[in-house]
Amino acid sequence: MKRQHIDKGVQSGFLLVALFSITALSLIMVFLFMEGLPILEHVNIKEFIFGKYWYPTDDPADFGILALIAGSVCVTLLSGLMAIPLGIMTAVYLAEIASPRVAEIVKPIVELMASLPSVVIGFFGMVVVAPFIQKLFNIPVGLNMFNASLMLAFMSIPTICSLSEDAIFSVPRALKEASFALGATHFETIVKVIIPASLSGICTAVILGLSRALGETMVVLMAAGGAAMMPTSIFDPVRPLPASIAAEMAEAPFRSEHYHALFAIGIVLFVFTFIFNLIADYISYKFRQVGEASL
Amino acid sequence: MKKHRLWAQKVFFLSFKTAACLNGAALLLILYFMVSRGWRAISWDFLTQSPKDSMTAGGILPCIVGTTSLCLMTLMVALPIGVCSAVYLNEYARQGTLVRIIRLGINNLAGVPSIVFGLFGLAFFCIVLKMGVSIAAGGLTLGIMTLPVIIGASEEALKAVPNTYREASFAMGATKWQTIKKVVLPAAFPGIITGSILGLSRAAGETAPIMYTGAVFFTPDLPGSILDEVMALPYHIYVLATAGTNIEATRHLQYGTALVLILLVFGMNLAAIILRSKMRKKLRI
Repeated sequence: MKRQHIDKGVQSGFLLVALFSITALSLIMVFLFMEGLPILEHVNIKEFIFGKYWYPTDDPADFGILALIAGSVCVTLLSGLMAIPLGIMTAVYLAEIASPRVAEIVKPIVELMASLPSVVIGFFGMVVVAPFIQKLFNIPVGLNMFNASLMLAFMSIPTICSLSEDAIFSVPRALKEASFALGATHFETIVKVIIPASLSGICTAVILGLSRALGETMVVLMAAGGAAMMPTSIFDPVRPLPASIAAEMAEAPFRSEHYHALFAIGIVLFVFTFIFNLIADYISYKFRQVGEASL
Repeated sequence: MKKHRLWAQKVFFLSFKTAACLNGAALLLILYFMVSRGWRAISWDFLTQSPKDSMTAGGILPCIVGTTSLCLMTLMVALPIGVCSAVYLNEYARQGTLVRIIRLGINNLAGVPSIVFGLFGLAFFCIVLKMGVSIAAGGLTLGIMTLPVIIGASEEALKAVPNTYREASFAMGATKWQTIKKVVLPAAFPGIITGSILGLSRAAGETAPIMYTGAVFFTPDLPGSILDEVMALPYHIYVLATAGTNIEATRHLQYGTALVLILLVFGMNLAAIILRSKMRKKLRI
Protein backbone atom coordinates (compact mmCIF):
# COMPACT_ATOMS: atom_id res chain seq x y z
CA MET A 1 0.00 0.00 0.00
CA LYS A 2 2.80 2.40 0.92
CA ARG A 3 4.34 2.48 -2.55
CA GLN A 4 1.03 3.58 -4.03
CA HIS A 5 0.82 6.42 -1.52
CA ILE A 6 4.26 7.64 -2.47
CA ASP A 7 3.24 7.41 -6.11
CA LYS A 8 0.22 9.63 -5.58
CA GLY A 9 2.29 12.12 -3.64
CA VAL A 10 4.93 12.28 -6.31
CA GLN A 11 2.33 12.82 -9.00
CA SER A 12 0.87 15.81 -7.17
CA GLY A 13 4.38 17.13 -6.67
CA PHE A 14 5.06 17.04 -10.40
CA LEU A 15 1.73 18.70 -11.11
CA LEU A 16 2.58 21.51 -8.71
CA VAL A 17 5.91 22.13 -10.43
CA ALA A 18 4.28 21.95 -13.86
CA LEU A 19 1.95 24.75 -12.80
CA PHE A 20 5.00 26.97 -12.26
CA SER A 21 5.06 28.25 -15.86
CA ILE A 22 1.52 29.53 -15.73
CA THR A 23 2.20 30.95 -12.25
CA ALA A 24 5.26 32.78 -13.56
CA LEU A 25 3.26 34.15 -16.47
CA SER A 26 0.56 35.37 -14.09
CA LEU A 27 3.15 36.93 -11.78
CA ILE A 28 4.68 38.77 -14.74
CA MET A 29 1.25 40.16 -15.61
CA VAL A 30 0.48 41.11 -12.01
CA PHE A 31 3.73 43.01 -11.55
CA LEU A 32 3.55 44.72 -14.93
CA PHE A 33 0.08 46.00 -14.16
CA MET A 34 0.89 46.86 -10.57
CA GLU A 35 3.82 49.05 -11.57
CA GLY A 36 2.39 50.26 -14.87
CA LEU A 37 -1.19 51.21 -14.15
CA PRO A 38 -0.38 54.10 -11.75
CA ILE A 39 0.62 56.14 -14.82
CA LEU A 40 -3.09 56.47 -15.54
CA GLU A 41 -3.32 58.82 -12.57
CA HIS A 42 -1.29 61.30 -14.62
CA VAL A 43 -2.51 60.76 -18.16
CA ASN A 44 -5.62 59.02 -19.42
CA ILE A 45 -5.28 55.93 -21.51
CA LYS A 46 -6.18 57.70 -24.76
CA GLU A 47 -3.51 60.35 -24.30
CA PHE A 48 -0.99 57.68 -23.37
CA ILE A 49 -1.51 55.51 -26.43
CA PHE A 50 -2.38 58.17 -29.01
CA GLY A 51 -0.26 61.03 -27.68
CA LYS A 52 2.38 62.00 -30.19
CA TYR A 53 4.92 63.48 -27.78
CA TRP A 54 7.23 61.46 -25.58
CA TYR A 55 9.13 63.88 -23.33
CA PRO A 56 9.19 61.93 -20.06
CA THR A 57 11.77 64.12 -18.32
CA ASP A 58 10.31 67.54 -19.17
CA ASP A 59 8.29 69.53 -16.68
CA PRO A 60 5.38 69.02 -17.25
CA ALA A 61 6.22 65.68 -18.83
CA ASP A 62 4.57 64.29 -21.95
CA PHE A 63 3.75 60.59 -21.97
CA GLY A 64 2.44 59.82 -25.44
CA ILE A 65 3.75 56.61 -26.96
CA LEU A 66 2.23 56.75 -30.45
CA ALA A 67 5.62 57.51 -32.02
CA LEU A 68 7.16 54.58 -30.14
CA ILE A 69 4.37 52.24 -31.24
CA ALA A 70 4.77 53.49 -34.81
CA GLY A 71 8.50 52.83 -34.56
CA SER A 72 7.95 49.27 -33.33
CA VAL A 73 5.28 48.47 -35.93
CA CYS A 74 7.29 49.92 -38.84
CA VAL A 75 10.50 48.16 -37.87
CA THR A 76 8.68 44.85 -37.39
CA LEU A 77 6.79 45.06 -40.69
CA LEU A 78 9.86 46.09 -42.66
CA SER A 79 11.86 43.24 -41.14
CA GLY A 80 8.96 40.88 -41.92
CA LEU A 81 9.07 42.00 -45.55
CA MET A 82 12.61 40.66 -45.72
CA ALA A 83 12.43 37.75 -43.29
CA ILE A 84 9.15 36.11 -44.36
CA PRO A 85 10.06 35.38 -48.00
CA LEU A 86 13.63 34.45 -47.15
CA GLY A 87 12.63 32.26 -44.20
CA ILE A 88 9.91 30.39 -46.08
CA MET A 89 12.02 29.94 -49.21
CA THR A 90 14.88 28.55 -47.16
CA ALA A 91 12.45 26.22 -45.41
CA VAL A 92 11.09 24.97 -48.77
CA TYR A 93 14.63 24.52 -50.04
CA LEU A 94 15.64 22.54 -46.96
CA ALA A 95 12.57 20.35 -46.78
CA GLU A 96 11.93 19.72 -50.48
CA ILE A 97 14.78 20.58 -52.79
CA ALA A 98 18.11 20.16 -51.06
CA SER A 99 19.76 16.77 -51.01
CA PRO A 100 20.01 15.30 -47.50
CA ARG A 101 23.73 15.99 -47.48
CA VAL A 102 23.30 19.70 -48.29
CA ALA A 103 20.46 19.99 -45.78
CA GLU A 104 22.76 18.46 -43.19
CA ILE A 105 25.10 21.44 -43.69
CA VAL A 106 22.51 24.21 -44.03
CA LYS A 107 20.49 23.24 -40.95
CA PRO A 108 23.30 23.85 -38.45
CA ILE A 109 23.89 27.22 -40.16
CA VAL A 110 20.30 28.20 -39.43
CA GLU A 111 20.71 26.94 -35.85
CA LEU A 112 23.86 28.99 -35.43
CA MET A 113 22.06 32.05 -36.79
CA ALA A 114 19.48 31.57 -34.06
CA SER A 115 22.13 31.26 -31.40
CA LEU A 116 24.01 34.48 -32.17
CA PRO A 117 23.40 36.78 -29.17
CA SER A 118 21.20 39.75 -30.00
CA VAL A 119 23.73 42.18 -28.56
CA VAL A 120 26.30 40.96 -31.08
CA ILE A 121 23.88 41.52 -33.95
CA GLY A 122 23.05 44.97 -32.63
CA PHE A 123 26.74 45.73 -32.31
CA PHE A 124 27.32 44.55 -35.89
CA GLY A 125 24.50 46.81 -37.10
CA MET A 126 26.03 49.71 -35.23
CA VAL A 127 29.68 49.48 -36.21
CA VAL A 128 29.61 47.76 -39.61
CA VAL A 129 26.21 48.17 -41.26
CA ALA A 130 25.53 51.76 -40.16
CA PRO A 131 28.58 53.38 -41.81
CA PHE A 132 28.00 51.20 -44.86
CA ILE A 133 24.40 52.23 -45.53
CA GLN A 134 25.20 55.80 -44.60
CA LYS A 135 27.66 55.90 -47.49
CA LEU A 136 25.61 53.73 -49.82
CA PHE A 137 22.42 55.78 -49.63
CA ASN A 138 24.14 59.07 -48.83
CA ILE A 139 22.08 59.79 -45.71
CA PRO A 140 23.03 61.71 -42.55
CA VAL A 141 22.68 58.81 -40.05
CA GLY A 142 23.26 55.12 -40.54
CA LEU A 143 21.42 54.14 -37.36
CA ASN A 144 17.84 54.07 -38.61
CA MET A 145 14.75 52.02 -39.27
CA PHE A 146 16.26 50.27 -42.28
CA ASN A 147 19.35 49.19 -40.40
CA ALA A 148 17.36 47.87 -37.44
CA SER A 149 14.94 46.02 -39.74
CA LEU A 150 17.79 44.36 -41.57
CA MET A 151 19.25 43.12 -38.28
CA LEU A 152 15.84 42.05 -36.97
CA ALA A 153 15.19 40.12 -40.18
CA PHE A 154 18.39 38.21 -39.55
CA MET A 155 17.08 37.34 -36.08
CA SER A 156 13.63 36.22 -37.13
CA ILE A 157 14.65 34.16 -40.18
CA PRO A 158 15.74 31.15 -38.07
CA THR A 159 12.41 31.08 -36.21
CA ILE A 160 10.38 31.36 -39.40
CA CYS A 161 12.58 28.91 -41.26
CA SER A 162 12.77 26.08 -38.74
CA LEU A 163 9.06 26.19 -37.80
CA SER A 164 7.98 26.33 -41.47
CA GLU A 165 10.30 23.49 -42.29
CA ASP A 166 8.68 21.33 -39.62
CA ALA A 167 5.28 22.14 -41.09
CA ILE A 168 6.36 21.35 -44.66
CA PHE A 169 8.09 18.20 -43.54
CA SER A 170 4.94 16.86 -41.90
CA VAL A 171 2.83 17.03 -45.08
CA PRO A 172 1.83 13.42 -45.83
CA ARG A 173 3.80 11.77 -48.61
CA ALA A 174 0.66 10.51 -50.29
CA LEU A 175 -0.42 14.04 -51.18
CA LYS A 176 2.84 14.72 -52.91
CA GLU A 177 2.76 11.44 -54.77
CA ALA A 178 -0.82 12.02 -55.89
CA SER A 179 0.21 15.36 -57.34
CA PHE A 180 3.13 13.79 -59.20
CA ALA A 181 0.83 11.10 -60.53
CA LEU A 182 -1.38 13.78 -62.07
CA GLY A 183 1.60 15.01 -64.05
CA ALA A 184 2.51 18.08 -61.96
CA THR A 185 6.13 19.12 -61.82
CA HIS A 186 7.92 19.27 -58.48
CA PHE A 187 7.58 23.07 -58.39
CA GLU A 188 3.84 22.94 -59.14
CA THR A 189 3.47 20.35 -56.40
CA ILE A 190 5.24 22.60 -53.93
CA VAL A 191 3.15 25.67 -54.77
CA LYS A 192 -0.24 24.04 -55.20
CA VAL A 193 -0.13 21.12 -52.80
CA ILE A 194 2.60 21.25 -50.21
CA ILE A 195 2.44 24.91 -49.24
CA PRO A 196 -1.38 24.99 -48.99
CA ALA A 197 -1.27 21.81 -46.91
CA SER A 198 1.24 23.29 -44.49
CA LEU A 199 -0.20 26.80 -44.50
CA SER A 200 -1.32 26.74 -40.87
CA GLY A 201 2.16 25.78 -39.72
CA ILE A 202 3.74 28.43 -41.92
CA CYS A 203 1.35 31.07 -40.57
CA THR A 204 2.26 30.10 -37.01
CA ALA A 205 5.93 30.36 -37.93
CA VAL A 206 5.48 33.82 -39.43
CA ILE A 207 3.50 35.10 -36.45
CA LEU A 208 6.05 33.79 -33.96
CA GLY A 209 8.90 35.23 -36.03
CA LEU A 210 7.25 38.65 -36.15
CA SER A 211 6.46 38.49 -32.46
CA ARG A 212 10.12 37.81 -31.77
CA ALA A 213 11.12 40.81 -33.89
CA LEU A 214 8.60 43.01 -32.09
CA GLY A 215 9.91 42.11 -28.65
CA GLU A 216 13.62 42.14 -29.51
CA THR A 217 15.40 44.76 -27.46
CA MET A 218 19.14 45.00 -28.00
CA VAL A 219 19.05 45.25 -31.78
CA VAL A 220 16.59 48.14 -31.84
CA LEU A 221 18.31 49.75 -28.88
CA MET A 222 21.66 49.83 -30.66
CA ALA A 223 20.81 50.10 -34.36
CA ALA A 224 17.49 51.96 -34.68
CA GLY A 225 18.77 55.46 -33.87
CA GLY A 226 16.58 56.17 -30.86
CA ALA A 227 14.62 59.26 -31.95
CA ALA A 228 11.09 59.28 -30.51
CA MET A 229 9.47 60.80 -33.61
CA MET A 230 6.91 59.60 -36.11
CA PRO A 231 8.95 58.05 -38.94
CA THR A 232 8.36 59.51 -42.41
CA SER A 233 10.82 57.39 -44.40
CA ILE A 234 12.63 54.12 -43.88
CA PHE A 235 15.85 56.03 -43.31
CA ASP A 236 14.48 57.91 -40.30
CA PRO A 237 15.81 57.00 -36.88
CA VAL A 238 13.09 55.46 -34.70
CA ARG A 239 12.70 54.46 -31.07
CA PRO A 240 10.69 51.24 -30.77
CA LEU A 241 8.95 50.28 -27.50
CA PRO A 242 11.58 47.87 -26.11
CA ALA A 243 14.38 50.34 -26.82
CA SER A 244 12.63 53.05 -24.82
CA ILE A 245 12.27 50.80 -21.79
CA ALA A 246 15.87 49.60 -21.93
CA ALA A 247 17.35 53.04 -22.56
CA GLU A 248 15.39 54.99 -19.99
CA MET A 249 14.96 52.62 -17.05
CA ALA A 250 18.38 53.57 -15.66
CA GLU A 251 17.51 57.25 -15.37
CA ALA A 252 13.90 56.88 -14.21
CA PRO A 253 13.67 57.50 -10.43
CA PHE A 254 12.07 54.61 -8.53
CA ARG A 255 8.24 54.75 -8.66
CA SER A 256 8.24 58.13 -10.41
CA GLU A 257 5.81 58.91 -13.23
CA HIS A 258 8.51 58.02 -15.72
CA TYR A 259 9.10 54.65 -14.02
CA HIS A 260 5.40 53.83 -14.14
CA ALA A 261 5.22 54.96 -17.77
CA LEU A 262 8.01 52.56 -18.72
CA PHE A 263 6.19 49.69 -17.04
CA ALA A 264 3.05 50.75 -18.91
CA ILE A 265 5.04 50.47 -22.16
CA GLY A 266 5.95 46.99 -20.95
CA ILE A 267 2.21 46.23 -20.64
CA VAL A 268 1.62 47.40 -24.22
CA LEU A 269 4.49 45.26 -25.46
CA PHE A 270 3.29 42.28 -23.44
CA VAL A 271 -0.26 42.62 -24.75
CA PHE A 272 0.97 42.87 -28.36
CA THR A 273 3.07 39.71 -28.14
CA PHE A 274 0.46 37.92 -26.03
CA ILE A 275 -2.14 38.47 -28.77
CA PHE A 276 0.35 37.31 -31.42
CA ASN A 277 1.01 34.16 -29.44
CA LEU A 278 -2.65 33.45 -28.80
CA ILE A 279 -3.35 33.75 -32.54
CA ALA A 280 -0.44 31.43 -33.33
CA ASP A 281 -1.63 28.99 -30.66
CA TYR A 282 -5.18 29.12 -32.02
CA ILE A 283 -4.12 28.53 -35.62
CA SER A 284 -1.86 25.62 -34.78
CA TYR A 285 -4.52 24.06 -32.53
CA LYS A 286 -7.50 24.65 -34.81
CA PHE A 287 -5.87 23.72 -38.10
CA ARG A 288 -3.50 21.09 -36.80
CA GLN A 289 -3.00 18.29 -39.21
CA VAL A 290 -4.80 15.12 -38.18
CA GLY A 291 -3.93 12.78 -41.00
CA GLU A 292 -4.80 13.49 -44.61
CA ALA A 293 -8.49 13.97 -43.93
CA SER A 294 -8.05 17.44 -42.46
CA LEU A 295 -7.38 19.02 -45.83
CA MET B 1 4.45 23.18 -72.81
CA LYS B 2 6.25 20.69 -70.63
CA LYS B 3 9.55 22.38 -71.43
CA HIS B 4 8.21 25.74 -70.31
CA ARG B 5 7.07 24.30 -66.99
CA LEU B 6 10.40 22.69 -66.32
CA TRP B 7 12.10 25.98 -67.07
CA ALA B 8 9.94 27.76 -64.54
CA GLN B 9 10.81 25.08 -62.03
CA LYS B 10 14.51 25.55 -62.63
CA VAL B 11 14.30 29.32 -62.19
CA PHE B 12 12.27 29.10 -58.99
CA PHE B 13 14.40 26.37 -57.46
CA LEU B 14 17.43 28.49 -58.14
CA SER B 15 15.83 31.40 -56.28
CA PHE B 16 15.06 29.11 -53.32
CA LYS B 17 18.65 28.02 -53.28
CA THR B 18 19.78 31.64 -53.44
CA ALA B 19 17.61 32.46 -50.44
CA ALA B 20 19.23 29.67 -48.45
CA CYS B 21 22.70 30.80 -49.51
CA LEU B 22 21.90 34.38 -48.56
CA ASN B 23 21.34 33.31 -44.94
CA GLY B 24 24.65 31.51 -44.85
CA ALA B 25 26.36 34.50 -46.42
CA ALA B 26 24.91 36.86 -43.82
CA LEU B 27 26.09 34.62 -40.98
CA LEU B 28 29.56 34.34 -42.52
CA LEU B 29 29.73 38.10 -43.01
CA ILE B 30 28.99 38.77 -39.33
CA LEU B 31 31.44 36.12 -38.19
CA TYR B 32 34.09 37.43 -40.58
CA PHE B 33 33.91 40.95 -39.16
CA MET B 34 33.88 39.78 -35.56
CA VAL B 35 36.79 37.38 -35.96
CA SER B 36 38.96 39.56 -38.19
CA ARG B 37 38.63 42.59 -35.97
CA GLY B 38 38.38 40.81 -32.63
CA TRP B 39 41.06 38.16 -32.57
CA ARG B 40 43.90 40.61 -32.07
CA ALA B 41 42.35 41.88 -28.85
CA ILE B 42 42.20 38.43 -27.33
CA SER B 43 45.21 37.47 -25.28
CA TRP B 44 45.88 35.73 -21.99
CA ASP B 45 45.90 39.10 -20.22
CA PHE B 46 42.61 40.06 -21.85
CA LEU B 47 40.97 36.96 -20.44
CA THR B 48 42.52 37.11 -16.96
CA GLN B 49 42.59 40.79 -15.98
CA SER B 50 40.08 43.32 -14.78
CA PRO B 51 39.28 46.40 -16.86
CA LYS B 52 41.66 49.30 -16.19
CA ASP B 53 41.78 53.07 -16.75
CA SER B 54 37.98 53.52 -16.65
CA MET B 55 37.48 50.56 -18.97
CA THR B 56 39.70 51.72 -21.82
CA ALA B 57 42.31 49.03 -21.21
CA GLY B 58 42.76 45.75 -19.39
CA GLY B 59 40.72 42.59 -19.67
CA ILE B 60 37.29 41.13 -19.15
CA LEU B 61 37.78 38.57 -16.39
CA PRO B 62 34.94 39.95 -14.20
CA CYS B 63 32.57 39.70 -17.18
CA ILE B 64 33.50 36.08 -17.87
CA VAL B 65 33.09 35.15 -14.21
CA GLY B 66 29.83 37.12 -14.04
CA THR B 67 28.30 35.49 -17.11
CA THR B 68 29.37 32.05 -15.85
CA SER B 69 27.81 32.57 -12.43
CA LEU B 70 24.60 33.95 -13.98
CA CYS B 71 24.46 30.83 -16.17
CA LEU B 72 24.95 28.50 -13.19
CA MET B 73 22.17 30.29 -11.30
CA THR B 74 19.95 30.02 -14.37
CA LEU B 75 20.64 26.31 -14.62
CA MET B 76 19.85 25.78 -10.95
CA VAL B 77 16.48 27.45 -11.42
CA ALA B 78 15.41 26.22 -14.81
CA LEU B 79 16.67 22.63 -14.91
CA PRO B 80 14.74 21.12 -11.96
CA ILE B 81 11.53 23.00 -12.72
CA GLY B 82 11.83 22.33 -16.43
CA VAL B 83 12.47 18.61 -16.11
CA CYS B 84 9.70 18.11 -13.54
CA SER B 85 7.22 20.02 -15.73
CA ALA B 86 8.18 17.89 -18.72
CA VAL B 87 7.83 14.68 -16.69
CA TYR B 88 4.35 15.72 -15.62
CA LEU B 89 3.28 16.69 -19.13
CA ASN B 90 4.72 13.63 -20.81
CA GLU B 91 4.31 10.88 -18.21
CA TYR B 92 1.33 11.75 -16.04
CA ALA B 93 -0.97 14.24 -17.72
CA ARG B 94 -3.95 13.26 -19.81
CA GLN B 95 -5.27 15.57 -22.51
CA GLY B 96 -7.66 18.00 -20.91
CA THR B 97 -8.25 21.57 -19.87
CA LEU B 98 -5.49 21.54 -17.26
CA VAL B 99 -2.87 20.47 -19.78
CA ARG B 100 -4.17 23.05 -22.28
CA ILE B 101 -3.73 25.74 -19.64
CA ILE B 102 -0.23 24.61 -18.70
CA ARG B 103 0.80 24.49 -22.35
CA LEU B 104 -0.72 27.91 -22.96
CA GLY B 105 1.39 29.18 -20.07
CA ILE B 106 4.57 27.66 -21.49
CA ASN B 107 3.93 28.88 -25.04
CA ASN B 108 3.17 32.40 -23.91
CA LEU B 109 6.11 32.47 -21.54
CA ALA B 110 8.29 31.61 -24.53
CA GLY B 111 6.87 34.60 -26.37
CA VAL B 112 7.28 37.23 -23.67
CA PRO B 113 9.80 39.86 -24.86
CA SER B 114 13.14 39.70 -23.06
CA ILE B 115 12.89 43.29 -21.80
CA VAL B 116 9.56 42.45 -20.13
CA PHE B 117 11.33 39.69 -18.21
CA GLY B 118 13.79 42.36 -17.18
CA LEU B 119 10.99 44.62 -15.93
CA PHE B 120 9.44 41.75 -14.03
CA GLY B 121 12.74 40.74 -12.48
CA LEU B 122 13.36 44.32 -11.39
CA ALA B 123 9.92 44.72 -9.81
CA PHE B 124 9.69 41.26 -8.23
CA PHE B 125 13.13 39.85 -7.43
CA CYS B 126 15.10 43.06 -6.96
CA ILE B 127 12.50 45.16 -5.15
CA VAL B 128 9.76 42.99 -3.60
CA LEU B 129 12.06 40.11 -2.63
CA LYS B 130 14.79 42.63 -1.76
CA MET B 131 17.55 40.86 -3.68
CA GLY B 132 18.76 44.07 -5.27
CA VAL B 133 20.87 43.90 -8.40
CA SER B 134 22.48 40.50 -7.91
CA ILE B 135 23.39 37.15 -9.41
CA ALA B 136 20.33 35.69 -7.68
CA ALA B 137 17.89 38.17 -9.20
CA GLY B 138 19.49 38.04 -12.65
CA GLY B 139 19.74 34.25 -12.61
CA LEU B 140 16.13 33.82 -11.51
CA THR B 141 14.97 36.16 -14.28
CA LEU B 142 17.03 34.32 -16.89
CA GLY B 143 15.87 31.01 -15.43
CA ILE B 144 12.20 31.81 -15.97
CA MET B 145 13.04 33.00 -19.47
CA THR B 146 14.89 29.75 -20.29
CA LEU B 147 12.22 27.51 -18.76
CA PRO B 148 10.17 26.98 -21.97
CA VAL B 149 13.27 25.89 -23.91
CA ILE B 150 14.23 23.35 -21.26
CA ILE B 151 10.68 22.02 -20.92
CA GLY B 152 10.47 21.59 -24.70
CA ALA B 153 13.81 19.80 -24.91
CA SER B 154 13.06 17.56 -21.93
CA GLU B 155 9.69 16.57 -23.35
CA GLU B 156 11.32 15.71 -26.64
CA ALA B 157 13.86 13.55 -24.81
CA LEU B 158 11.16 11.81 -22.75
CA LYS B 159 9.12 11.12 -25.88
CA ALA B 160 12.14 9.47 -27.48
CA VAL B 161 12.28 6.84 -24.71
CA PRO B 162 10.57 3.74 -26.18
CA ASN B 163 7.36 2.67 -24.49
CA THR B 164 8.67 -0.88 -24.17
CA TYR B 165 11.09 0.38 -21.48
CA ARG B 166 8.18 1.58 -19.38
CA GLU B 167 6.12 -1.54 -19.99
CA ALA B 168 9.01 -3.80 -19.04
CA SER B 169 9.43 -1.89 -15.81
CA PHE B 170 5.70 -2.03 -15.02
CA ALA B 171 5.70 -5.76 -15.76
CA MET B 172 8.30 -6.24 -13.06
CA GLY B 173 5.98 -4.67 -10.55
CA ALA B 174 7.49 -1.19 -10.40
CA THR B 175 5.22 1.74 -9.71
CA LYS B 176 5.02 4.70 -12.02
CA TRP B 177 7.40 6.79 -9.91
CA GLN B 178 9.93 3.97 -9.67
CA THR B 179 9.73 3.54 -13.44
CA ILE B 180 10.30 7.23 -14.06
CA LYS B 181 13.16 7.46 -11.59
CA LYS B 182 15.01 4.30 -12.51
CA VAL B 183 14.16 3.77 -16.19
CA VAL B 184 12.73 6.77 -18.03
CA LEU B 185 14.85 9.61 -16.66
CA PRO B 186 18.22 7.84 -17.05
CA ALA B 187 17.32 6.98 -20.65
CA ALA B 188 16.26 10.54 -21.38
CA PHE B 189 19.20 12.11 -19.55
CA PRO B 190 21.50 12.85 -22.54
CA GLY B 191 18.65 14.49 -24.44
CA ILE B 192 17.75 16.63 -21.46
CA ILE B 193 21.36 17.76 -21.05
CA THR B 194 21.61 18.64 -24.74
CA GLY B 195 18.49 20.77 -24.57
CA SER B 196 19.64 22.43 -21.38
CA ILE B 197 22.96 23.43 -22.92
CA LEU B 198 21.11 25.00 -25.86
CA GLY B 199 18.83 26.88 -23.49
CA LEU B 200 21.76 28.05 -21.41
CA SER B 201 23.64 29.29 -24.45
CA ARG B 202 20.68 31.55 -25.16
CA ALA B 203 20.64 32.80 -21.59
CA ALA B 204 24.37 33.50 -21.72
CA GLY B 205 23.91 35.91 -24.63
CA GLU B 206 20.85 37.75 -23.34
CA THR B 207 21.29 41.34 -22.28
CA ALA B 208 17.90 42.92 -21.77
CA PRO B 209 16.74 40.71 -18.86
CA ILE B 210 19.91 41.29 -16.82
CA MET B 211 20.41 44.99 -17.54
CA TYR B 212 18.48 46.02 -14.45
CA THR B 213 18.49 42.80 -12.44
CA GLY B 214 21.99 41.32 -12.38
CA ALA B 215 24.58 43.17 -14.41
CA VAL B 216 26.22 46.48 -13.64
CA PHE B 217 28.30 48.95 -15.59
CA PHE B 218 31.49 48.30 -13.67
CA THR B 219 32.55 46.49 -10.55
CA PRO B 220 36.22 45.85 -9.84
CA ASP B 221 35.68 42.86 -7.56
CA LEU B 222 34.76 39.32 -8.45
CA PRO B 223 31.46 38.20 -6.92
CA GLY B 224 31.70 36.68 -3.44
CA SER B 225 28.10 35.59 -2.93
CA ILE B 226 24.95 35.25 -5.02
CA LEU B 227 23.71 38.54 -3.63
CA ASP B 228 26.59 40.40 -5.29
CA GLU B 229 26.22 42.35 -8.51
CA VAL B 230 28.37 41.30 -11.46
CA MET B 231 29.63 42.44 -14.82
CA ALA B 232 28.44 40.32 -17.76
CA LEU B 233 29.83 39.83 -21.26
CA PRO B 234 26.78 40.91 -23.30
CA TYR B 235 26.11 43.96 -21.14
CA HIS B 236 29.81 44.88 -21.27
CA ILE B 237 29.65 44.97 -25.09
CA TYR B 238 26.62 47.23 -24.94
CA VAL B 239 28.18 49.52 -22.35
CA LEU B 240 31.49 49.87 -24.18
CA ALA B 241 29.79 50.43 -27.53
CA THR B 242 27.29 53.05 -26.38
CA ALA B 243 28.33 54.63 -23.10
CA GLY B 244 32.05 54.11 -22.66
CA THR B 245 34.34 57.01 -21.90
CA ASN B 246 35.99 56.77 -25.31
CA ILE B 247 33.91 54.73 -27.70
CA GLU B 248 36.23 54.86 -30.71
CA ALA B 249 39.38 54.07 -28.73
CA THR B 250 37.89 50.95 -27.15
CA ARG B 251 36.62 49.48 -30.44
CA HIS B 252 39.13 46.62 -30.28
CA LEU B 253 37.97 45.76 -26.75
CA GLN B 254 34.37 45.74 -28.00
CA TYR B 255 35.19 43.39 -30.87
CA GLY B 256 37.27 41.24 -28.54
CA THR B 257 34.46 40.93 -25.98
CA ALA B 258 31.94 40.16 -28.73
CA LEU B 259 34.23 37.46 -30.09
CA VAL B 260 34.63 35.88 -26.65
CA LEU B 261 30.84 35.85 -26.24
CA ILE B 262 30.36 34.31 -29.69
CA LEU B 263 32.98 31.65 -28.96
CA LEU B 264 31.31 30.86 -25.63
CA VAL B 265 27.85 30.55 -27.19
CA PHE B 266 29.03 28.61 -30.24
CA GLY B 267 31.12 26.35 -28.04
CA MET B 268 28.04 25.46 -26.01
CA ASN B 269 26.03 24.87 -29.19
CA LEU B 270 28.77 22.74 -30.68
CA ALA B 271 28.95 20.64 -27.51
CA ALA B 272 25.20 20.13 -27.68
CA ILE B 273 25.28 19.20 -31.38
CA ILE B 274 28.11 16.68 -30.85
CA LEU B 275 26.33 15.20 -27.85
CA ARG B 276 23.16 14.88 -29.91
CA SER B 277 24.80 13.12 -32.83
CA LYS B 278 26.59 10.73 -30.46
CA MET B 279 23.27 9.97 -28.84
CA ARG B 280 21.60 9.28 -32.18
CA LYS B 281 24.34 6.82 -33.09
CA LYS B 282 23.89 5.09 -29.76
CA LEU B 283 20.13 4.79 -30.24
CA ARG B 284 20.56 3.27 -33.69
CA ILE B 285 22.55 0.30 -32.43
